[in-house]
Amino acid sequence: MNFDKEFDASGLSCPLPILKTKKALSDMASGQVLKLVATDCGAVKDMQAFADQTGNSLLGMEEASGSYTFYMKKK
Amino acid sequence: MSKKMAIIATKGTLDMAYPPFILASTAAALGYEVQVFFTFYGLQLLRKDLSSVMISPLANPAMPMPVPMPVMVQMLPGMESMATMMMKQKLKKHGVASLQELRDLCLEAEVKFIACQMTVDLFEFDKSEFIEQCEYGGAAMFMGFAGDTDICLFV
Repeated sequence: MNFDKEFDASGLSCPLPILKTKKALSDMASGQVLKLVATDCGAVKDMQAFADQTGNSLLGMEEASGSYTFYMKKK
Repeated sequence: MSKKMAIIATKGTLDMAYPPFILASTAAALGYEVQVFFTFYGLQLLRKDLSSVMISPLANPAMPMPVPMPVMVQMLPGMESMATMMMKQKLKKHGVASLQELRDLCLEAEVKFIACQMTVDLFEFDKSEFIEQCEYGGAAMFMGFAGDTDICLFV
């Protein structure tokens, strides 16, 4: 998947992946896509909840050996 | 109009300092307008220097310990510092933010901190020991915001 910005939140626990996502999105333009990598399994539900509540779109999520990659499109 | 959340933070120990800061920073990231009212021991969380915030295994039977420890041993001098050091190491190892980092993230996200004026007077605290980004107020001031919130918590 194409993306405009990338952030690695590997090793960080709740709520840091969400807070870092919010921060990373803040200087992006509407429609741009952020790629975020996390190892916190709680982030799977949290990222969806973040998307649902903020109006940003979670385009996809991939899991590979304990690492989760999210693609978030800015509202 | 954005949703609102209010938290009353009354505890000043390392373990109990986390919920208000985690919830406040997360709610702010989700677009909530957030205020945290720090009263009684919660005021310790507004100190410029957070290094005195500690955890005690005493009277805290739910705290997981590496080895079972009788209460008599938990009372020994230095146990509190040791428990605090171990807890901080554990938090770091698991990628949990430090209190300082979470508090900074709250401030960055414009979470409003209110320090209880009555508690400051009661314990004769010196305001210069607290961060500059907090306001001082009382219960009525808090109600002005809390009465209109979507989430209101007491920690």
